[in-house]
Amino acid sequence: MAQIITLESLLAPAADPASGCTASACGSQQGPAGMAADVWERVKDHPCYAEEAHHYFARMHVAVAPACNIQCNYCNRKYDCANESRPGVVSEKLTPDQAVRKIIAVANSVPQLSVLGVAGPGDAVYDWRHTAETFRRVQAAIPDLRLCISTNGLALPDHIDAIAAMGIDHVTITINFIDPEIGARIHPWIFHNHQRFTGIEAARILHERQMLGLEMLVARGILAKINSVMIPGVNDAHLVEVNRVVTQKGAFLHNIMPLISDPAHGTAFGLSGQRGPTPAELKTLQDSLAGGANLMRHCRQCRADAVGLLGEDRGQEFNLDQLPAETAYDPAPRATYRELVAETRGEHAAHREAARDDLAAVDAPAVLVAIATRGGGRINQHFGHAQEFQVYEVSPDGIRFIGHRRVEQYCQSGWGEDATLDGVLAALAGVACVLVAKIGDCPRNSLTGAGIEASQDHAYDWIESGIAAWYAQRYRSTVRLTA
Amino acid sequence: MAYKIIVSQCTACGACEFECPNAAISTKRGNYVINAALCTECEGHFPAAQCAAVCPVPDTCVKV
Repeated sequence: MAQIITLESLLAPAADPASGCTASACGSQQGPAGMAADVWERVKDHPCYAEEAHHYFARMHVAVAPACNIQCNYCNRKYDCANESRPGVVSEKLTPDQAVRKIIAVANSVPQLSVLGVAGPGDAVYDWRHTAETFRRVQAAIPDLRLCISTNGLALPDHIDAIAAMGIDHVTITINFIDPEIGARIHPWIFHNHQRFTGIEAARILHERQMLGLEMLVARGILAKINSVMIPGVNDAHLVEVNRVVTQKGAFLHNIMPLISDPAHGTAFGLSGQRGPTPAELKTLQDSLAGGANLMRHCRQCRADAVGLLGEDRGQEFNLDQLPAETAYDPAPRATYRELVAETRGEHAAHREAARDDLAAVDAPAVLVAIATRGGGRINQHFGHAQEFQVYEVSPDGIRFIGHRRVEQYCQSGWGEDATLDGVLAALAGVACVLVAKIGDCPRNSLTGAGIEASQDHAYDWIESGIAAWYAQRYRSTVRLTA
Repeated sequence: MAYKIIVSQCTACGACEFECPNAAISTKRGNYVINAALCTECEGHFPAAQCAAVCPVPDTCVKV
């Protein structure tokens, strides 16, 4: 069930600032440490490229480019189901004309919208005619929408100049291997230069084109994100090498995604019983890659026609048969929202700074904290309404976003489902505390029984402030007196 | 001598239409079809029939 997020609900009730610092005084439009100001300017409203931006901004994908030039063992493009949410899955393919109507309708009613992506099914660059026509028309209607594409890289060198000329600033290449022997186990064939290639030869060509494409992006100053699918026993250990190579070639961000595999999906891996990695295996690999290209940990592996903030999908509200025949773009909602974000973001950053200072005084082990949030960077969701929890690691060194845990919504208009609660408890394994806007006694007792604390004391606080306050309180006895 | 598309298996991705050197492939009510009169099986253009080579679904773009 899609939840409607209004501008007001993201903010209210506003928390009192913990410090006397105001947004304008702190001027906190800065990005994460180590990011140049001009780069931050380009990613600060892209929810996938900037972790901090995903609290505020939404993306939409349009499935306008269904043709593909390679086959991947984790992909089955024939499959479509409205209840399935994963990459490559889409409910309706759109013509560029239909896509523009849909984009305008979304922009009018989702003010958080900042990015338009073409991300399958199919390859946005191989099927360049459809992607380019859609982008050209959207640029004419909504000039400030960021354009983003996702590709396997095989056709990227052929269209790189057109991509640069169109001002596309964000390109994702899916790179699962460096060694063609490993690549051949993931990609059974490619179509290149009017021929089908298979096996190692196919993987070798794909690898060469991916590296050339990445180099061309970097040479043109286009931000390149690399997606890698982690496939246990196939390329999991090898992704260290992938990370090393793409970092060295100048990739901006590396996103390691767990393989989603189920026989019901009809993919080659699903049918062969290839398993996906556990969250712990994924985290171990990600942690071992610290120091390379920035890692994206907030990926939700969304559908190819997803609409909304990461973690929510309002795509079903904007199916073609629900759209008006003619829609005119109204820039006002998005402009108002951007002004509001510019203000609150400053406040958020100031609180994040303050939280960091508070933590330094605590002497305690690193623990995981789960947050229920509807976006806006605050702890502002009822436990029972959460469809996912955002997990942070807190230690005296700071607060670090780790990832998200998906759950089934516990509260079903007034009553809770016990079987669902078991699933939520399992999803929260390893978490010390859940911070929520509100929680009932029954689920709170179950959580306590499972050794997980639940607190609504920090409702509507900024996420980092709430975590820091909880942590300091929880480990109060260990606050360093010498600090 | 021509190729045809088994409509029940086709994902309608359109890659074949894009690759066909004879513009023999088009959509009819949402389904892709090959005009046999225009199809040359890519003889004189490419060593292999492009539609069959690019088709993502096995045995879906086949020789008549």
